Amino acid sequence: MSDKKNIIICRCNEVTQEEIEALIDQGVTDIEMIKRLLRIGMGPCQGRTCLPMVISILARKTGKKPDEIKLPATRIPVRPVPAGVLVGEMESDGNEE
Amino acid sequence: MKSKAEVVIIGGGSTGTSIAYHLAKLGVEDVVLLEKNYLGSGSTFRCASGIRAQFTDEANIKLQRYNIEKRWKHLSEELEYDVHFKQTGYLFLATTEEEIEAFKQNIKLQNKFGVPTRLITPEEAKEIVPPLNAEAFLAGAWNPEDGKACPFRVVHAFARKAREMGVEIYEHTPVTGIIVENGEIKGVKTEKGVIKTGIVVNAANAWAPIINEMAGLSRDFVPIKPYKHQIAKTEPIAPGQIEPLTCPPAWNDSYVIQDGEDGGVICGTGLEKEPTSLDDVQPTYDFLREVLKWATRIIPALKYVHVVRQWAGFYAKTPDSNPAIGRIQYVDELYIAAGFSGHGFMMAPGVGEAIAELIIKGKSKVPLDWEWYDPHRFERGELRSAAFQIG
Repeated sequence: MSDKKNIIICRCNEVTQEEIEALIDQGVTDIEMIKRLLRIGMGPCQGRTCLPMVISILARKTGKKPDEIKLPATRIPVRPVPAGVLVGEMESDGNEE
Repeated sequence: MKSKAEVVIIGGGSTGTSIAYHLAKLGVEDVVLLEKNYLGSGSTFRCASGIRAQFTDEANIKLQRYNIEKRWKHLSEELEYDVHFKQTGYLFLATTEEEIEAFKQNIKLQNKFGVPTRLITPEEAKEIVPPLNAEAFLAGAWNPEDGKACPFRVVHAFARKAREMGVEIYEHTPVTGIIVENGEIKGVKTEKGVIKTGIVVNAANAWAPIINEMAGLSRDFVPIKPYKHQIAKTEPIAPGQIEPLTCPPAWNDSYVIQDGEDGGVICGTGLEKEPTSLDDVQPTYDFLREVLKWATRIIPALKYVHVVRQWAGFYAKTPDSNPAIGRIQYVDELYIAAGFSGHGFMMAPGVGEAIAELIIKGKSKVPLDWEWYDPHRFERGELRSAAFQIG
């Protein structure tokens, strides 16, 4: 059996499979709360990597179908942008105007 | 779902879960909490995490002094769950001599009630927030005992403890009606069935007028206007740089504060948007430009930091920015704790305790000025002095 301690599900915030399963075992089965307590999907990748995996873990452990589990809200911007670009003082490549 | 309960709380944010916990702690065995979505989904999970006693009126200062000293400092231990409360302070910054005078008046009032706020120089402010654009400011009002906690953990901790003590919490369970006969509550209707009860607490914040209407009151009985309050958050930066909430009120009530958990910088500004509906939490691009304009003036180096996320929630605002807390006289055993105008999270432990004690004992040891927060003040045309609101 694989070592769940070493399986990283959320690479942005370094959350392991073991941590996710432990939280579900404690009765936290709402993906919105799992997201916020473990900060999955809240890093720079905005959940692109981890959320599908969290959904499959959640589905397996709760007996739900994966498509019954709604994805948490997607937040803008879709990819990280320097604040200087958003205030118009910087080019998107990071060079100052 | 349970078919009867002694008390039904409507609203599963920091206030509702706190009331549920405190009722259970007082020995009420039969409490039900109803939340239309998931716990915290209304305003709590969208807040900026700040907790302060730096208000400008006696009632809010006294309540918040109590909350910080007697409740927040011990909450993790009490709930047996780390809510990440940290006393990292609030730093307000003045840009004019008039503001310094106002700060001095506020400090005097806060000191009178034991809040150790003091006036500091821009140099001292820069020691507290090293990347601060200190040249832009003339002085600061600094209370090192203000702080922040994790809203997600707080709601989870209250709910977890409440459940352990027997409270039934039903999420994704919208309330559809309240049964009132001859001025007495008989039950609460939900999409999943009816719960017979004689006591109801309206803790629905922005949605509270809808619940009041279900109990036969006017929607304007507590005139709460929901305003979209938005936040932008950056990628994590090294801890210790912007730990206190740092706010020059004259700069459109803008503020920055480092998230206590991941170190990202939370940025807010006072750009109020009327939502198109009570589900409208769509962030807007004009907010992002506005908030970052101010944030990069407060902390110029933020220009080089990536923004990773933006979101919106509601300030459930009353005409005087003070909440409505207490008993509603028109319906027997109907209580309200709503309209927090952006202060609900920081007030939740003490307010939950006070409401629970009011219901069970008819009075509370919490220094909460019931007269000040009286839900009937609006229909009498009485407004309190506006609670100091930022962002």
